[in-house]
Amino acid sequence: MNTDLETDMKKEKATNNEPTLNGSEQVTGADALLRSLIEEGVDTIFGYPGGAIMPVYDKLLDYEDKLKHILTRHEQGAAHAAQAYAMVSGKPGICFATSGPGATNLITGIANAYLDSIPMVFITAQVVSTLIGTDAFQETDILGVSMPVTKWNCQVKKAQDIPDIIAKAFYIATTGRPGPVLIDITKDAQNEKLSFKYKKCTYLRSYNPHIPLHTKAIESAAIMINHAERPLILAGHGVLISGAEKELREFAEKTGIPVAVTLLGISSFPSGHRLYAGFLGMHGNYGPNLLTNEADLIIAIGMRFDDRVTGNLKKYARQARIIHIEIDEAEINKNVQVDLEIHNDAKEVLSHLIPLVGKKTYESWVREFRICDKTEFDKVIKSETKPDSGDIKMGEVINLVSELTGGDAVIVTDVGQNQMAAARYFRFTNPNSLVTSGGMGTMGFGLPASIGAKIGNPGRQVVAFIGDGGFQMTIQELGTILHYRIPVKIIILNNGYLGMVRQWQDMFFKKRYASTELVNPDFVTIAAGYKIPGIKVLERAELKKSLIELLKSDGPYLLDIKIDKEGNVLPMIEPGASVSEVTLNYKS
Amino acid sequence: MKQEFTISLFSEDHIGILNQITIILTRRQINIESITASESAVKGVQLLTLVVKTTPDMVRKVAKQMEKLVDVLKVFVHSSDEIIYQEIALYKVTTKGLMSGNVIDHVVRTHHARILEVSPEYMIIEKTGHKSEIAELLDQLEPYGVLQFVRSGRVAITKQVKELNSYLKEMDEANRFKPEEIESYNKN
Ligand SMILES: Cc1ncc(C[n+]2csc(CCOP(=O)(O)OP(=O)(O)O)c2C)c(N)n1
Ligand SMILES: [Mg+2]
Repeated sequence: MNTDLETDMKKEKATNNEPTLNGSEQVTGADALLRSLIEEGVDTIFGYPGGAIMPVYDKLLDYEDKLKHILTRHEQGAAHAAQAYAMVSGKPGICFATSGPGATNLITGIANAYLDSIPMVFITAQVVSTLIGTDAFQETDILGVSMPVTKWNCQVKKAQDIPDIIAKAFYIATTGRPGPVLIDITKDAQNEKLSFKYKKCTYLRSYNPHIPLHTKAIESAAIMINHAERPLILAGHGVLISGAEKELREFAEKTGIPVAVTLLGISSFPSGHRLYAGFLGMHGNYGPNLLTNEADLIIAIGMRFDDRVTGNLKKYARQARIIHIEIDEAEINKNVQVDLEIHNDAKEVLSHLIPLVGKKTYESWVREFRICDKTEFDKVIKSETKPDSGDIKMGEVINLVSELTGGDAVIVTDVGQNQMAAARYFRFTNPNSLVTSGGMGTMGFGLPASIGAKIGNPGRQVVAFIGDGGFQMTIQELGTILHYRIPVKIIILNNGYLGMVRQWQDMFFKKRYASTELVNPDFVTIAAGYKIPGIKVLERAELKKSLIELLKSDGPYLLDIKIDKEGNVLPMIEPGASVSEVTLNYKS
Repeated sequence: MKQEFTISLFSEDHIGILNQITIILTRRQINIESITASESAVKGVQLLTLVVKTTPDMVRKVAKQMEKLVDVLKVFVHSSDEIIYQEIALYKVTTKGLMSGNVIDHVVRTHHARILEVSPEYMIIEKTGHKSEIAELLDQLEPYGVLQFVRSGRVAITKQVKELNSYLKEMDEANRFKPEEIESYNKN
C-alpha cells in the first residue's frame, strides 16, 4: 500500500516527464519496453520481479495509470493467468519474469500456450550482456530452453532494438496461427538510453499469415458438401480464434449439417442448438465419436486431429471423405490424410463457402445423433447428473452450476476428471466461455487461469472447477486473489484422489492404486487464511444452497465439495481403441 | 521406404535457426547425414543444405514444419536425381607410403583428384564428387597410411527453373495482402 505522500510524489514525477509517447526523446530501454507495450494496447501485465528485471519494474511505477501489473505468487501462475486473460479478452497475454529461475518457472505456462495456440508475449530479463555464456548468477539459456515451445523467440542486447523487436513479437504472436513469443532483454539493454520511436510491424518477408484464398478449393468443397448424405462438421479452437462462430452457425444452419466440437472448440457452437452433435474425443459424447465412423463427409474446421480426438488412427473415419480447413499448413495431412485441403483462416473460408452451399436438411442423419444422445443419457448422464442417492457426483455439481448460471459464465477447469466433467456437463451458450488446458493437460492451470479470466473479462461470472490434486499444484495463487480481491468462484471437486489417474488404474492396472490417494488439508481453513470465505459441502442436501451462496457472493468464494471417491468419467475411448468402439459401461 | 533427400532451406540470418531445424528432425528421430550452411545468391538470405534419410511422407511433414518457422523463407525437398550436387574431401597420406612404387600419379588421375601440398612427411589430396566416389578413393589410399580424412557436407543446386527470387516476390505480394486487417485485430 502506498501512503498518500508516496502517491503524490509519484504523480509529480509522472507529470514532470509526461511522456509524449511517440516523440524521439531519450529514454531507457526499460521505458521503451513499457511504452512499446502501451503502443500495442496492453493494459495488464502478469509477472514476478527479480534482480535482472528490476529496471523494468522500477519504471512500471511511472506508468501505473496505463499499465496494471498483477503480481502472482509464482511465475507459472503468471503465465497461466496471462493465457486465460488472452483467451477471454482476445488480446494477447503479457507476462514478465526475471532471468534464471524466474524464466524457467515460465516454461510449463509457455508450453501450455504453445500447444493451445494462444497469443502471448513473454518478457524475460537476462544478465548483463558481457556475462552471457559465462554461467553467471541466475543466467540460463532461456532462448535455448524455450525454443521448442515458442512460436518465435529473440534476445535483445541493445536498447535501440527494443521497439522494433517488441513490434515484431506482437505481430508474430497475434497473426496466423497464434502462439507464444519470448523476448529476452539483457539488464544493460534495460538501462541503456535510446531515442524512442514506435512503428507497428505489419510485414515480415519470411512469415506470411495472409494466405491468398484458394477459390477453386472452396468451390470443390461446396460440391462435396452439396452431394454429401451423412456429413459432419468438426469444429475446433480455430473457429474461436478466427472469430468465426457466426459463420459456423450460418454454415451449419444453411446446410443442415450437425456440428461436433473438440475440447478447445467447445463454446464455438451453442450446446443447446438442434444441430449440436456434442463434444469429441476420449471422454466426449457418445454420438459424435461413434458417428464419426458413419459419416460420408467430414468437414474439419480449425482443428488438428489430435490423438485424443481420433483414437486409433488406423480405424479413424476410413469411410469418409475429409475436407480440412486449417490455417497451419503443417497440420494438414499430419495425422489424417485428407481429400481436400483448404489452407486458410476459418472465418475467411466459411464466409466464402456459405453462398456456394445449398440449403438442405438431414432429418434421419441428425436423428441418429439424437438416438445416441438418448442412449448416453440413459446409460451415463442420468446417473451422473441426477443421482437419487449416494455421494455427490461431479456431473451433478456442474449440471447445477449450468442451471443456476443459465449457461452464461466463463468456466475454467483444471485437468483430470474435473475437466472432463465440466466440458461434458456445462451447457455453454456464449463463445470463448471455456478456459482449459487442452494440448498439454497441465494440472495446476485452473486456479491461476481463473484469475486471468476474471481480469480479462470482469463483467462475466468466472467459475473454476478444480480437482483436489491440481488445486495444490498452484494453491499459492490464493495469495494473488487475496491481494487484488479477485472475485473468482472456486469449486474444488474433492474426491480424495488423483481421480483421472485412479480411473486408469481401475480400468487398466487391475485397480492397483499406486500413489493416487491423497491426504488433503482442510481447504476451507486454508482459504480462510487468505481471507477467502468458503464452505465445505458434504451432503447433497447442502449442495444447491451452497452453490447459490457461491454465485451470489460479491468477492472470491470457495466451495470444497466432497465427491464420490471412485467415480469414473464415461463414455471413454480406451487407449488404442477406435472412435466407434467408445465404451458406455464400465464395471470394475 | 526410406530414401535420401536433400533439403534446401532458405532463411533469414536469425540466430538459432539451425537449432530450430534440428529440434524438428530430432523429434522425428531423423539423423542428419550431412549439413552445409552458406550465404545464398540473395543478399542476406542464408542457405542450409541438409541431407537426410527418411520416407517421402515424413520428409514432406518435416519440410512443412520447417517452413512454418517464422524466420524460414522457403524449403525445397529434392531427391538426388533432381539436383546437381557435390561433396569435397581432403586426405592426408604419408608421403613415404605413396611414393613407394609410383602409385600416386595413377591414383590421382583415375579418381580425378588433385594434390594440394607435398611435404617430406605427408601429402594432401583433394577430391570433389559424390560420397561413394570419395569413399572409393579412401579405400584405395588406406593401405598407404591415411593420417587424416575429412568430407564436407553436400552442396547442391536445383535443376528447377524457378529461383528463390521469384518465390520471394510472390510471397511479398501475398504478404502485402491486408495490413488493415492486422490493424483492426490490434485495435480490438
Ligand atoms: C502437471 C501434471 N502432472 C501430472 C499430470 C497427470 N495427471 C492427469 S490427471 C491427474 C489427476 C488429477 O487429480 P485431481 O487434480 O484431483 O483431479 P481429478 O481427476 O480427481 O478430478 C494427473 C496426476 C498432469 N496432467 N499434469
Ligand atoms: Mg481429485
